[in-house]
Amino acid sequence: MTDPGAKAADPNLPLGAGDVGETRPFVRLDRVVKRFGGFVAVNGVTLDIARGELFCLLGGSGCGKSTLLRMLAGFEHPDSGRIEIDGQTMAGVPAYARPTNMMFQSYALFPHMSVARNVGYGLVREGVARAEIGQRVEEMLRLVRLETFGDRRPHQLSGGQRQRVALARALIKRPKLLLLDEPLGALDAKLREETQFELRALQARRGVTFIVVTHDQVEAMTLASRIGVMEAGEIRQIGAPRAVYEQPQSRFVAGFLGSVNLFEGTVDVAAPDLMRIRTPGGGFVVPPASGLSARQPVALAVRPEKMRIAAGAAQADNALQAVVEERAYLGDRTMFKLRLNDGTVLKVLSAAAEAGVLAVEPEAAVDGGGAAADGGGLTA
Amino acid sequence: MTAPLSSPGTAGSHPPTPARRAGGRQGGGFRLIIVLLPLLFLSVFFAAPFLVVAAISLGDPMLARPPYTPLFGPDGFQGDLENYAFLLTDSLYLSAYLNAVKIAAVATLLALLIGYPMAYVIATSPEPRRAVLLMLVVLPFWTSFLLRVYALIGLMNTNGLINSVLSTLGVIDAPLVMRQTVFAVYVGTVYTYLPFMILPLYAALVRRDESLAEAAADLGAGAWTVFFTVTLPLSLPGVVAGSMLVFIPVIGEYVIPALLGGPDSLMIGQVLWNAFFSARDWPLAASVAVVMLGVVVLPLLFLRRVVEAR
Ligand SMILES: Nc1ncnc2c1ncn2[C@@H]1O[C@H](COP(=O)(O)OP(=O)(O)O)[C@@H](O)[C@H]1O
Ligand SMILES: [Mg+2]
Repeated sequence: MTDPGAKAADPNLPLGAGDVGETRPFVRLDRVVKRFGGFVAVNGVTLDIARGELFCLLGGSGCGKSTLLRMLAGFEHPDSGRIEIDGQTMAGVPAYARPTNMMFQSYALFPHMSVARNVGYGLVREGVARAEIGQRVEEMLRLVRLETFGDRRPHQLSGGQRQRVALARALIKRPKLLLLDEPLGALDAKLREETQFELRALQARRGVTFIVVTHDQVEAMTLASRIGVMEAGEIRQIGAPRAVYEQPQSRFVAGFLGSVNLFEGTVDVAAPDLMRIRTPGGGFVVPPASGLSARQPVALAVRPEKMRIAAGAAQADNALQAVVEERAYLGDRTMFKLRLNDGTVLKVLSAAAEAGVLAVEPEAAVDGGGAAADGGGLTA
Repeated sequence: MTAPLSSPGTAGSHPPTPARRAGGRQGGGFRLIIVLLPLLFLSVFFAAPFLVVAAISLGDPMLARPPYTPLFGPDGFQGDLENYAFLLTDSLYLSAYLNAVKIAAVATLLALLIGYPMAYVIATSPEPRRAVLLMLVVLPFWTSFLLRVYALIGLMNTNGLINSVLSTLGVIDAPLVMRQTVFAVYVGTVYTYLPFMILPLYAALVRRDESLAEAAADLGAGAWTVFFTVTLPLSLPGVVAGSMLVFIPVIGEYVIPALLGGPDSLMIGQVLWNAFFSARDWPLAASVAVVMLGVVVLPLLFLRRVVEAR
């Protein structure tokens, strides 16, 4: 590598996402397009990522996440558009000369090398002295808790251990930008959760900029400082996990992150301080949304956990009359399936601790009420 | 910089998984047949004739039919190792062995150097072109081996195609002597055995995992470094298989040195032929054959060591 990342990102210097005094984005994608034959895999993606961010690209299988990441790493080349990393254009810069390292979806560990040689591979290429390589490999293996596994071959490791070798191998060169393609895909749920927090801690400690690709919305929410939701080669929405979850700007984003109840209706009143929406199931009062005016058709998205079940007749705003159809006990919560009078099926998630809710029997008439603050109007 | 990642799997809790433990038991009878059939074939068509040859090699030539002394005469066992002692002391046989090994080794190396890039290009070609290229590699098998060697004679003769074209063009004044040289033997063996090198190399290279090469590039390796540290080592089984498929038959090659070679390219196959058909010394010919098998098997065992050590 011509310009080792070590200079820019001192590993001992924590560099959080917030405390960056510069305005220029660290990674900049400008209307990047990638086609395979006639198929457009990435369709005009524009994206700025700040130094030290942990950015998650979230999207379903085949939406172009890996392709985008591979263009950053230099394995694919955009048909049009610009990619800049740390102020330098990446056009014509081969993969081996980029200030990035990638953790592959399949880990791509070299099967003919020991764990230690896998991890040290990047340093050997850099021409680092033998003694230093040994020391840094040891340090890296300790970091991922594999210090006694240096002599093993990859095929002698479990899935979780391989994943950590891959991480160590990508981290050892102290890249400015670490690209992770579905890094936790092969892990079981418990290991996954632990590793997610570790990745976060590691990222905060080292100040490396991470771009993580995942199709798992929970993973994206747990890891990311910002999420970019992708669909069909385009980025649909970018924002902090909370913003993307609570103010989705389209049906796709609303449906992709968690489950959602959609109410189709029309805008009744669009006042500056509130909006009244009429749906076949009942009326809603929600905070105003820009770009919506009276009589406009609209979809209202309400998260299942933002709804409450109560006995009695529904007369007020944000209250619906429904019948409990099914109930699934999830341990910490209970999921109810309700049917409205017009046949619409709703999902409501209740904390199991609510004694009243647990007492509700199927077929009893109840209200489903969406708190006004939690609904969101969607035009898309 | 090193607060350790708190260990999810707790290091050491995963013993190396024994590869392919399960799935062996069922269908035991079927497996037995699969193993026994080739074993039977090998014992009938290889082990038994080899034992006969080994027995003959211990005898002496005799004007009779068959033309050798039996292993057990009226006075009991009468075999000896005279023929082997003779082989080891006679410079003709020794040099023919060494020559065969040398020619086979050089031909294998040449076939590897030529075949590897070809196999690589085929393995990395997109699908329709790949099938065509593979077809071209095996195309020579559609004509007889003997015919192809005769065609080489036609090309390399003093008044052959190459010489007449070159002298017509004025490139050479006197014809090049190509036939009856070691050079011609190399041309013949490499040309004939190249497909046996390319096919296993292709099989090894086509299975390569492109993401490994990408990972190497990502870690700072240029194209050549990627090749020498990842692609080549991972294709070694193909290199070994192809080398054996060339080296072993070339050691015993008779037709190519007989038709294309000269006095300085005498190989052990020709010596064997002469001992058998010209001198009609069956016991000596048999001992030549037994030693040849040893010459073939030893490098084979060595190569197996190399592969297993990885
Ligand atoms: N090398 C390629 N050749 C042709 N099509 C490709 C290639 N790589 C990816 N694609 C296609 O591009 C689309 C996006 O792929 P990818 O970026 O891998 O999706 P994912 O979001 O699942 O990572 C897919 O439909 C895939 O089939
Ligand atoms: Mg992918």
